[in-house]
Amino acid sequence: MGYRVIDGTFPAGHYYFSGNEAVAEGAIAAGCRYYAGYPITPSSEIMERISVRFKDVHGVFMQMEDELASICSVIGAVWAGAKAMTATSGPGFSLMQEAIGYAALTETPLVIADIQRAGPGTGQATRVASGDLMQAKWGSHGDYYIIALSPWSVQEMYDQTIDAFNLAEQYRVPVFIMGEEAIGHLRERIEVKTKVRVFDRIKKKGAPPFGTNQDDGIPPMPSFGEGEKLLVTGSTHNEIGIRKTDDPEVHSRLVNRINKKILNNRDRIIQTDSYHLKNAEVIVVSYGFTARSALFAIEQLRKEGKRVGLLRLKTIWPFADKIIKDIGQKAKKIFVPEMNRGQIAGEIMKYATCEVIPYNQTNGEIIHPHRIINEVRRLV
Amino acid sequence: MARDLEEYLRPGIDSTPFCPGCGHGILMNLILRAIDGLKISMDEMLFVSGIGCAAWIPSPNFNADTLHTLHGRAIAFATGAKMFNPQLNVMVISGDGDLTSIGGNHLIHAARRNIDLTVICANNMIYGMTGGQVASTSPLGALTSTTMDGNRYRPFDLCQLVLGAGASYVARYSVTQPLLLVSAIKKSLRIHGFTFIEVLSPCPTQFGRRNRYDSPADMLKNLMERCISREEADNFSDDELKDKIVTGEFSNE
Repeated sequence: MGYRVIDGTFPAGHYYFSGNEAVAEGAIAAGCRYYAGYPITPSSEIMERISVRFKDVHGVFMQMEDELASICSVIGAVWAGAKAMTATSGPGFSLMQEAIGYAALTETPLVIADIQRAGPGTGQATRVASGDLMQAKWGSHGDYYIIALSPWSVQEMYDQTIDAFNLAEQYRVPVFIMGEEAIGHLRERIEVKTKVRVFDRIKKKGAPPFGTNQDDGIPPMPSFGEGEKLLVTGSTHNEIGIRKTDDPEVHSRLVNRINKKILNNRDRIIQTDSYHLKNAEVIVVSYGFTARSALFAIEQLRKEGKRVGLLRLKTIWPFADKIIKDIGQKAKKIFVPEMNRGQIAGEIMKYATCEVIPYNQTNGEIIHPHRIINEVRRLV
Repeated sequence: MARDLEEYLRPGIDSTPFCPGCGHGILMNLILRAIDGLKISMDEMLFVSGIGCAAWIPSPNFNADTLHTLHGRAIAFATGAKMFNPQLNVMVISGDGDLTSIGGNHLIHAARRNIDLTVICANNMIYGMTGGQVASTSPLGALTSTTMDGNRYRPFDLCQLVLGAGASYVARYSVTQPLLLVSAIKKSLRIHGFTFIEVLSPCPTQFGRRNRYDSPADMLKNLMERCISREEADNFSDDELKDKIVTGEFSNE
């Protein structure tokens, strides 16, 4: 229970993987042994690779009748003891939202890879976007909190999938890998290591599974079949799982705890990378595939002597509020290029005291470095 | 509830949550009698339910692992639990609206895959918990809060639906046929594969009062008169069958 180091599930070495293949291998390495999914572009390669590779590791793969069934069967498998995941894209992610709220309220650890395509609606199925970030945060009704990661490379699709399982198990929360079509289908050389650090869920016989007096706010999690006579419900429940659907105190305590267990631990969860932030007058804040273009752009501009830097968000939710506040006090301007209508720029405006300049592109294409160079050059 | 089944009830549970005259309490009793009859340990049982009155039969009342899920999705949750841990004996208990309307897709696909689940569908022919709206199982002409002029659409024949989708075992009985029901539940628990039992359970509060039943007892008497066996049905004319409900087992492995 807790963190331990185990042998990898794929021979150590360097591989030429697509981002989607890397998610599948990362999941298996992290201990995922149940996967249920439904075909959708541009995420299907994750399911296809899992369906083959699960034979080697005795995992259970189910292609379900729709996304509703996929996510619900994942929750069922998790309570039966599995580390489990599904992968999808925009329309499928929309269909999963009700069950995501159920997972948040029942504190069910699970992983969803949302390989984002251009929406809304059916949109452009084969084209790139990062339009689901607010959906990841607010998609289901009611107040809850989740964790969402934003990989920028095939290596990170592998590494962050392992992180996603560890965070899910540690915090008993749904964790999303907010990949984008361009990363899902990108092929790059990655390194697979001999050993993997994994977190196994904490169990404590007889302890209440839905309440705790511990500061971290995370109760231990038993499984079905262990004789605990579990009561799992998506209705408001007390610490042992009894429905309390008209008790204001129980509801408030539960909702506060499932939010605070993530927010109060956010310093431990949030990961960022910084490049050339020292003396930077203009800081580009970027994430996912766009951060690749942003890094290329600021390195070009630095060669020209421009005082520019890059903050890369590896974690989208919980949001890096303190770091943004900090860089907002040091920089004159923050530039935020995004493949959406400003979903994260708006969040940055909440915390940064300096000027925040959004750059939004929703045409189904990646943001090329030269566009960032041109825009940022004007700002310095 | 008879005292001899008390060990199957979660400590602290001393009453059912159902309205007076509801058939679900009888069904609750019969499910536990079947489990008791087969000497299955509650430690190996997992009860999965959806949303609605019938979903409260196992949760929180049964002294076993229970998973009270989203509306319509009980079978999908159950599929994940059963596929990952086949040692669990998984029984889904939910209502007709939950399992066959909003959850209809999961029902037919689980039957097609012949997943080893026992599904008990408590059919009260109406949406009880939400105030008596028409269901996909309401009879033609039924008066409900959304069909004040009578239901215009035919109900599903649930047994034929699930049989057609590939289930290993399908049966239909009313709560007025307790011994046959216990025997069907026992049988479904012993069969490896997808088994489905439609249980007719009266809802006096929402269905009875709108459809001119004077009392819960009248609803039970009406079910007793209308439920006939498949053998009896063979000797009835089509006209005579119009108002009858054919009960029995509809398939055997």
